[in-house]
Amino acid sequence: MKQKHPDTAIEARGLVKTFGDNHAVDGIDLTVSTGSIYGVLGPNGAGKSTVINILATLMKADGGSAKIFGHDVAEEPQVVRQLIGVTGQAASVDESLSATENLIIFGRLLGLNASDAKKKAAELLEEFALTDAAKRPLAKFSGGMRRRLDLAASLIAQPPLIFLDEPTTGLDPRTRNQMWDTVRRLVEQGSTILLTTQYLDETDQLADRIAVIDHGKVIAEGTGSELKASVGTATLQLELAKKTDTAAATTVIQKVLDMKVSSPSEGRITAPMTNPDLVTDLLVALRTSKIHLSQVSVQEPTLDEVFLTLTGKPAETEKEETA
Amino acid sequence: MSTTQIIPGNKRQLKNHTSLRQAVSNSLTMAYRGLLKFRRTPEQFFDVVLQPILFTPMFAYIFGGAIAGGVKAYLPIIIPGTLVQTIITASVVTGVQLREDMEKGVFNRFRALPIARIAPLAGALIADTIRYIIAAVITFAMGYLLGYRPGAGFGGVVLGGLLVIVFAWCLSWIFAFFGMIVRTASTVQGISLLVLFPLTFLSNAFVPIKTLPGWLQAFVRINPISHLISAIRQLTTYGTFGHDFWLSLLGAAAIVAVFAPLTVRAYMRKA
Repeated sequence: MKQKHPDTAIEARGLVKTFGDNHAVDGIDLTVSTGSIYGVLGPNGAGKSTVINILATLMKADGGSAKIFGHDVAEEPQVVRQLIGVTGQAASVDESLSATENLIIFGRLLGLNASDAKKKAAELLEEFALTDAAKRPLAKFSGGMRRRLDLAASLIAQPPLIFLDEPTTGLDPRTRNQMWDTVRRLVEQGSTILLTTQYLDETDQLADRIAVIDHGKVIAEGTGSELKASVGTATLQLELAKKTDTAAATTVIQKVLDMKVSSPSEGRITAPMTNPDLVTDLLVALRTSKIHLSQVSVQEPTLDEVFLTLTGKPAETEKEETA
Repeated sequence: MSTTQIIPGNKRQLKNHTSLRQAVSNSLTMAYRGLLKFRRTPEQFFDVVLQPILFTPMFAYIFGGAIAGGVKAYLPIIIPGTLVQTIITASVVTGVQLREDMEKGVFNRFRALPIARIAPLAGALIADTIRYIIAAVITFAMGYLLGYRPGAGFGGVVLGGLLVIVFAWCLSWIFAFFGMIVRTASTVQGISLLVLFPLTFLSNAFVPIKTLPGWLQAFVRINPISHLISAIRQLTTYGTFGHDFWLSLLGAAAIVAVFAPLTVRAYMRKA
């Protein structure tokens, strides 16, 4: 396989990996350009971690091929390892050692001498706001601190490509935002990032391109807006002040939006929001008809809806394959 | 966050092989890691530090009078015995630790780093050697406190210590191999102790062979642990290399010849 673009960070063609009867990865193609954030979105057990494991040389593919900056993961694994950092479920840190000890050991393994490794460890701990916890046992770390240390450990060698395996799963919203900021800064410095997630929201916030995978297959690929356009739209949720207005309100809304809307329960109306400009017209029309609203909200398509639209069935949550 | 720009992937000059120098340096770093972990793991600390401190005087005082007519006369027999028992038991840890490591996420990080593939295994074996040295020094020191004055002096003690360390190191390849092929760390521990417990007790470690029933004497005589203990007694008491010494070394070499290739092969398949 010849690499078509010199600025391609990841080029994977027809990756296959089976565990017994389980087709964890079933013919996945990925092209990630240098300097971008690429999101791999899918439910548990979709094959996300397996894809990272193959790209990060942790697992051999049963079929297909993958190149990292033009170097084949199967033929030149040791070169690939010098170009990547792996974080998250796929690779972690040593729980029985302190944060500083972990970073020093990884630094030494990467060829830094004792004093440079120490300096680098202190630098990274500072950057990730872990200095105060540097000597504490990792068992006492919060989820957010663990992720930050995981990521710090992947950045010692300043790899041009970073794999983040579910970097924010289980984090509270504030910690999650901090992680997102860190990811954005890494890209500003010239890193390329491939991240996996179960949250549509996360790919929305970060990713330049997104691949949705399910049962080991890419079922949709594109930019965030392309993907959303293909999977459905946000919905407008209206709650009426008086339940008796439901029928009248439905008529008004159908007239303004020129499409059928549904009323899941009396006093509540759900309308697809294909054209946000029409929302103003709609609200004015309701006011003119003297229909009062108690609440208006916009519901973004959820991952469940994405899956429902793409696969025709809800996202199944299976146990994520390990190893 | 520092503002230094990252060197683009396609502008880097990289090699796909690891030099011997790098392999040695990686292995030493992994050994350093093993020792750090050893300090944090109370069970392991117990094995090589507390066990000799407790067992040496315990056996000496319990059996001394009955077997040798006194503690002092018994020490030349019991010190090599507890030394071998402690260090051989400690050699199991190589396999347990490796299995434990391989089950954890940190092992994946090592595998994704551009380091010598063999480094985690080699590092573990180096760290273990240091644990054996600690156990040997403590056992001899306890003996000295109890009044042990070996006939061959300090030189004999050093040689005896070296022999058991070499033997344990060779033996640890067996447990490392178990570590590769079984499912959990506790299985390694279980199997290994099941094998080692009878081997160390059904030897000449604590009692003279002639006091045993005939059928057991036969077993104890062919038990390699007996030969190892006899070799150490000869070294520490007379400073001589008898046929037990050469048999022990030969046995140890045979273990490495069989298990080192098996272990490395099983390990590289996973690493």
